[in-house]
Amino acid sequence: MAMTTTAQTAAKNPRATLQDWLPKLVLAPSFALILLFVYGFILFTAVLSFTGSKLLPDFSAWVGFNNYVRLFNHPNWITSLKNLAIFSFLYIVICSVLGLGLAILLDQKIRGEGVLRPIYLYPMALSFIVTGVAWKWFLDPGIGLEHVMHLWGWESFSFRWIKDGKMAIYTIVIAAIWQSSGFVMAMFLAGLRGVDNEVIKAAQIDGASTITIYRRIIIPLMRPVFLSAFVVLAHLAIKSYDLVVAMTDGGPGTATWTPALFMQKFTFGRNEMGMGASSAIIMMIMIFSIIVPYLYSELGGGKKQ
Amino acid sequence: MLRKLLIGTMLSGALTAGYAAPSFADEVEVLHWWTSGGEAAALDVLKKKLESQGVTWKDMPVAGGGGEAAMTALRARVTAGDPPTAVQALGFDITDWAKQGVVGDLTDIATKEGWDKVIPAALQQFSKYDGKWIAAPVNVHSTNWIWINKKALDAAGGKAPETWDELIAVLDKMKANGISPIGHGGQAWQDATIFDAVVLAEGTDFYKQSMIDLDPAALNSDKMVEVFDHMAKLREYVDADFSGRDWNLASAMVIEGKAGMQFMGDWAKGEFLKAGQKPGVDFVCIRFPGTQGAVTFNSDQFMMFKVGDAEKKAQDLMASDIESPDFQSAFNVVKGSAPARTDVPNTAFDDCGKKAIADLAEADKNGKLFGSMAHGHANPAAVKNAMYDVITRHFNGEMDSKAAAAALAEAVAAAKG
Repeated sequence: MAMTTTAQTAAKNPRATLQDWLPKLVLAPSFALILLFVYGFILFTAVLSFTGSKLLPDFSAWVGFNNYVRLFNHPNWITSLKNLAIFSFLYIVICSVLGLGLAILLDQKIRGEGVLRPIYLYPMALSFIVTGVAWKWFLDPGIGLEHVMHLWGWESFSFRWIKDGKMAIYTIVIAAIWQSSGFVMAMFLAGLRGVDNEVIKAAQIDGASTITIYRRIIIPLMRPVFLSAFVVLAHLAIKSYDLVVAMTDGGPGTATWTPALFMQKFTFGRNEMGMGASSAIIMMIMIFSIIVPYLYSELGGGKKQ
Repeated sequence: MLRKLLIGTMLSGALTAGYAAPSFADEVEVLHWWTSGGEAAALDVLKKKLESQGVTWKDMPVAGGGGEAAMTALRARVTAGDPPTAVQALGFDITDWAKQGVVGDLTDIATKEGWDKVIPAALQQFSKYDGKWIAAPVNVHSTNWIWINKKALDAAGGKAPETWDELIAVLDKMKANGISPIGHGGQAWQDATIFDAVVLAEGTDFYKQSMIDLDPAALNSDKMVEVFDHMAKLREYVDADFSGRDWNLASAMVIEGKAGMQFMGDWAKGEFLKAGQKPGVDFVCIRFPGTQGAVTFNSDQFMMFKVGDAEKKAQDLMASDIESPDFQSAFNVVKGSAPARTDVPNTAFDDCGKKAIADLAEADKNGKLFGSMAHGHANPAAVKNAMYDVITRHFNGEMDSKAAAAALAEAVAAAKG
């Protein structure tokens, strides 16, 4: 009997070992690829940002922090940062508010929700390039909205933000919000559907008005959704490139440059690969400063429970 | 997943193997961005000629961005150690690539055919690096042109302006006649194209000092302030919707008579010809007032990369074909530019083309042929774009002329560093 048990464990062991190792084996290739193509290249870019590389990577010319100094002395980078601040603040806040508002309205168990929901969600299915080109034409005073209003007889109508260096960045905000708010709405709608009905019933019995219920109970319960929406929108804002290229290509003048546009133009257009790399590193630091606290709060929160 | 990955690796391996397979000896792979109708037709002349000589043409067109996308594609190919045979390139990009030590050598064929004598020295500066021929120039575009709608000019007095004051007088009359005097697109390079001509009008010495030698004293000088004042003045004659407009749409405005004139290189002529207009009858081509006799140019060249001995024969043949007078004539008639060699007969060209050839020869003889700053033939990309920033900001009213001149000197110094 003792012998059979040993035989059994011996037979079982290789299988158990395999089961132990299989997930690691299966994951290993993708892990290796990510290690190389994501983190490896982040490191590569970081090293590059300390070199005086121009057309091609050149690791013989070390310049220390010179690229970063030049970067923060460059008027276009300052413009890009200012635009990023304006863009991301308005984009995140308005998208969240609009998304939550739409979600609450759709959550009133109305008829035709199945038709309405996709209508708001579909802009997300378009690429930013398509959105950008469409809005560029729509906002162009010569062919778009202003022109149509003039044709309809409203001669004094004027909306030429996209041609105005001071206002052009706001037109990009408008297009981006149009594109993304439906998606944020879907996130909030999912959150709202997850709210326990018992809680709401209890509040109703206590005599709370609908507004109070939303303000004091439901919206506070949406906290994780706000967080997810914030992270999704914030990284989209920092990466914002295609929309800007399609709508204004940084113009008028340099009024709508963003950090991503700066990175592309300097690395590939101006043969300033070192400076382009340093701007990419700054962008990565910005993204990390959003993602890391988020991950920390999510994972830390999970432990507390 | 592992299986998928394996298959993927095998597939991509096979693909790379396909890429790395040695190309046939009599084949040239050509990277270019001449994809629009007229340009493609012009390039087809070369392709046909080579094919009649038994050389296969492997086309690698990368459209868009004035060659920026093509240069990005080239980076990838060169980094992978597999450059194309010939690459369309402009000005300082050629020098930048030469510095990387990856370009070929055409000196043998160039010496045999005597290129040194027939190609203007200003062009050779880009076609040669370290005393070696590395690129075959295809054409010369000059950028200090004005294209005027003949009807609009007749309505504004009929006399083509020869001085700054006459130009302003014509523009004023056109404005009074109810059209937008200048057809212009608000993109940095287009603003810079006008800027080129305005600087050149201040004198060829000043152009050389400020745009080519990058002398800080010339960049931030009273003359430069005047240049910016002129730019601000011209800005008054541009319609309100100009920002972001493509250059060919601005040409269309002049063709349709909605705008009076356009400041643009001679590729604009192609748009007029395509619309069935005749030089001298429907439109007039003049040099920017005060720049007659001098020419700012940009020149498309085929930069040759290092290839094996077997492919070298086809590469040399291609270079030789590019410089043959009959190709130079056939290509440039279609493209709207002037031939890169000065000894090509002008019989096949229209009046504007003849003027371009004559002006070019004259400017070359008198040492008044300069690379265009706006088109990357006066200074490297980093400096050029630093200038763009200031010019376009000023043109869009973000700063006054004095501040712009100071900012120009500062931006150039920073970009050089």
